[in-house]
Amino acid sequence: MEYVKKKFLVFLIFFNFLITPRLAFAAWETNMPIGVTPISHAIYHLHMLVFWICVGIAVVVFSIMIYSLIRHRKSRGVRAAQFHEHFFLEIAWAIVPFIILIVIAIPATKTLIKMNDNSDPELTIKVTGYQWRWRYAYLDQGIDFFSNLSTPTEELQNQAKKNQWYLLEVDHPLVVPIHKKIRFLFTSNDVIHSWWVPTLGIKRDTIPGFINEAWAKIDSKGTYRGQCAELCGTNHAFMPIVVKAVSEKEFNLWAKQQAGELIHGTST
Amino acid sequence: MLVQSGNISNKKILILLCITTLGMFGFGFAMIPLYNVLCKNLGINGKTDKNAYLTSNKIDLSRSIRVEFMTNNNNYLPWDFYPRLHHIQLHPGENILIYFAAKNNSNRSMTVQAIPSVSPGLAARYLKKTECFCFTQQTFDPGQHRDMPVLFHIDQHLPKNINTITLAYTLFDTTGLKQSKLAKQSLAHIPG
Amino acid sequence: MEQVLDLGHSAPRGLLRFIKRWLFTTNHKEIGTLYLLFSLLMFFIGGVFALLIRAELFQPGARLFNPEFFNQMTTLHGLVMLFLAIMPAFSGFANWMIPLMIGAPDMAMPRMNNWAFWILPVAAILLFSTLFMDGSAPNFGWTMYAPLSTTYGPASTDYLILAIHLMGLSSLMGAINIIVTILNLRTPGMTMMKMPIFCWSWLVTAFLLIGVMPVLAAAVTMMLMDRHFATSFFSAAGGGDPLLYQHLFWFFGHPEVYIIILPAFGIISQIIPTFSRKKLFGYRFMVYALLAIAFLSFIVWVHHMFVTGVPLAAELFFMYTTMLIAVPTGVKVFNWVTTMYRGAISFETPMLFALAFVILFTIGGFSGVMLAMVPADFQYQDTYFVVAHFHYVLVPGALFGAIAGAYYWLPKMTGVMYNERLGQCHFWLSVIGVNLTFFPMHFLGLAGMPRRIADYSLQFANFNAIASLGAFIFGFAQLFFLYIIIQAMRGKGKKASAQVWEGAEGLEWTLSSPPPLHSFTTPPKFE
Repeated sequence: MEYVKKKFLVFLIFFNFLITPRLAFAAWETNMPIGVTPISHAIYHLHMLVFWICVGIAVVVFSIMIYSLIRHRKSRGVRAAQFHEHFFLEIAWAIVPFIILIVIAIPATKTLIKMNDNSDPELTIKVTGYQWRWRYAYLDQGIDFFSNLSTPTEELQNQAKKNQWYLLEVDHPLVVPIHKKIRFLFTSNDVIHSWWVPTLGIKRDTIPGFINEAWAKIDSKGTYRGQCAELCGTNHAFMPIVVKAVSEKEFNLWAKQQAGELIHGTST
Repeated sequence: MLVQSGNISNKKILILLCITTLGMFGFGFAMIPLYNVLCKNLGINGKTDKNAYLTSNKIDLSRSIRVEFMTNNNNYLPWDFYPRLHHIQLHPGENILIYFAAKNNSNRSMTVQAIPSVSPGLAARYLKKTECFCFTQQTFDPGQHRDMPVLFHIDQHLPKNINTITLAYTLFDTTGLKQSKLAKQSLAHIPG
Repeated sequence: MEQVLDLGHSAPRGLLRFIKRWLFTTNHKEIGTLYLLFSLLMFFIGGVFALLIRAELFQPGARLFNPEFFNQMTTLHGLVMLFLAIMPAFSGFANWMIPLMIGAPDMAMPRMNNWAFWILPVAAILLFSTLFMDGSAPNFGWTMYAPLSTTYGPASTDYLILAIHLMGLSSLMGAINIIVTILNLRTPGMTMMKMPIFCWSWLVTAFLLIGVMPVLAAAVTMMLMDRHFATSFFSAAGGGDPLLYQHLFWFFGHPEVYIIILPAFGIISQIIPTFSRKKLFGYRFMVYALLAIAFLSFIVWVHHMFVTGVPLAAELFFMYTTMLIAVPTGVKVFNWVTTMYRGAISFETPMLFALAFVILFTIGGFSGVMLAMVPADFQYQDTYFVVAHFHYVLVPGALFGAIAGAYYWLPKMTGVMYNERLGQCHFWLSVIGVNLTFFPMHFLGLAGMPRRIADYSLQFANFNAIASLGAFIFGFAQLFFLYIIIQAMRGKGKKASAQVWEGAEGLEWTLSSPPPLHSFTTPPKFE
């Protein structure tokens, strides 16, 4: 019996890997990605630091509480004590958390200052949010195109099996070079959207009539996906972002091709 | 008979609280000019002011600033709208004349308002415009095209850590709308 | 002694009397009951909206309805739960219990009290009617950001704005009434620092309401003007700024969430001492903490806007103030634990919910501290991590506080002990349901799932399925609650004494259960 149960368990796990080969791990993802930029790394480490401090405090406080719930139960025949104030204890447990907060504020402040340093960009890209797609313009290269969700309608309507990148694929991804400081300028054509690519560590609202900026320097080649992160109407869920980070040579080649295909300099 | 525990009568408290309520309602509306003033003086939302400044007569040759120009059409406005120059390298205090090409591609007369936005936001108050097509609404006949000028300089007090500024204009369709009170042009030229 | 809950079973003449009685009552107990029953109904309606959302999100792909309706459900779920369910619930407890706790015969302004309540059903009907209007119901989230709500909002938005004005008026009148009552109607001998801490929590809440509800009114009025009177408060075209809306909204919105939680804190602070048979630890500091939280709540609002492009100085200032608000909140948690410590604890249903509150609200508080860290917030904002955070502080936070209060005071209000066994079933199913629903949402947010999306990519499927399962368990559990309340109102159960709970202290426990319709007509002795 035990042998059968064990075999069945192994089969279940294997079967799960079979039917969702690349999703097997991603499907149970519980944490933020470390990402591929210096900022995304800094954010990740800050996140883990604060997380573990919170866990530590929770363990201490909840253990005391649970201990009390077990030992100080009326059904054990205990009699309630009569204390109900202690000035120095109150001050202590206000000051200690305050100090802990200062400790975590320091790396947070440092990272925030770094995030706001938009100086000396090597490439500038304008990102415009539309209902319900993104538009990318490389101002110095004269490239301008829309990036639309490319998931087939049949998959959206449950008439075909959903592919691995369901809702995370586009017809024209944003192509960028690695190891270059890229400055993004954000605006919107209509309502507020938000451009978010978790692995790049960037999220910025795009506001009609205003521009926002952010920067990223991507460490490694790859395809990085994100989504709109501000409710913008009916198809808010259907305007993903795909960034392809390639070598500088590949990028230059791609840029030359694009510029040849599109009209230079207009903004309709 | 209700015994009173406090020193102030029910009626007085009621009146005080009603006044506070109305006051906070007024505070909400007072936020409009207050927000604009705070944003302008702290230079924090990237809006350049509506005032025209005199041209500058002092140039700081020790610094070189890159100013980029960007245009946006709001809500699929059927116009061509682009800067004649994408970016320029300049010194603080240098008076620069830049042209933005605009063409009404539709088959009706249209009025537009250009709304400027500067990034980084903190640089906005140092971008002093002497002349700008964004000061007033612009009306174009169908098919009409014009080059619209912007004459500006960067104030020498621009913080040392800012070396790249982006000036963006978004063109909004304001056909049929009165020139909004909030967007009116100040005719007094302020020394830069 | 009149029974408080006379349901008037006889013929049409009885029906007319019944309607007139409840329509025109100025009695704080009856108005309290109206608020509580109204909020219970709204809770179930808002809950149905949530279950529709979770049903759609059970699996990827459009299955039940289109994204447009999904956005309407998202919007209405938030509006109904916040403005029509949880806030009126606490108003109900305030009306019922504050006069009893301070030894007053009624609220200071009984007729305004009646108006404050009856505005709410009108506002509710107005809000629900938007579902049947041409175009759609409001579909831009309860936060109503411009220009989605102004330039691009459906026609029903104007009715929503009217409903918000009505709900705001109701809250304001209630707040004014509570302040005057607490300041002026305490029985002789009951100084401010001797009154039950639930009264303190509502006093502070009432001042917060007066401070910020009018600002929401101003913001939605400006929305209305932008929509119909050619103003451009929130439109860049006319020189306005969509971010001005966000500043105004969140200047209201952040104190609003403390308005919601502070009465829950007050209830917990009444319950834990009772079932620990020990006085609340650090009463003084609990009051100071309430005041500190209220003050700080006014200077943190930009933490909802970190990704909108606010300048560095603002990011830093609001990060620090937001972190700071964890200190007085922590003080309260420590005081609750110390109250239990070396007490003699029993685990009746009110205590079960209160204990779950302390643990689960604190978990919500921790995700709040994480959200305060601005660099990390760029990854959390507008994701399911935020949804997890606020649902932890709202559901096992505020809602459990209200439920705990309901069980705690139900015997006093109805005169019978509710079914303890069923109460425990309600509790355990709710705890399991709430955690299954909202804990996985932390993971979803961290893994990259944005909020307010009608459909999602495949890597989010597993945790979404679990969350939906948990939501239905939680929804089902509330049927126990409904049954328990109905049975208690019908008088089915063991008769309750005046004291009800062995460890209960305070003037309200000196009255019979239920108390007479008119109580404390002469001020009771209190030292």
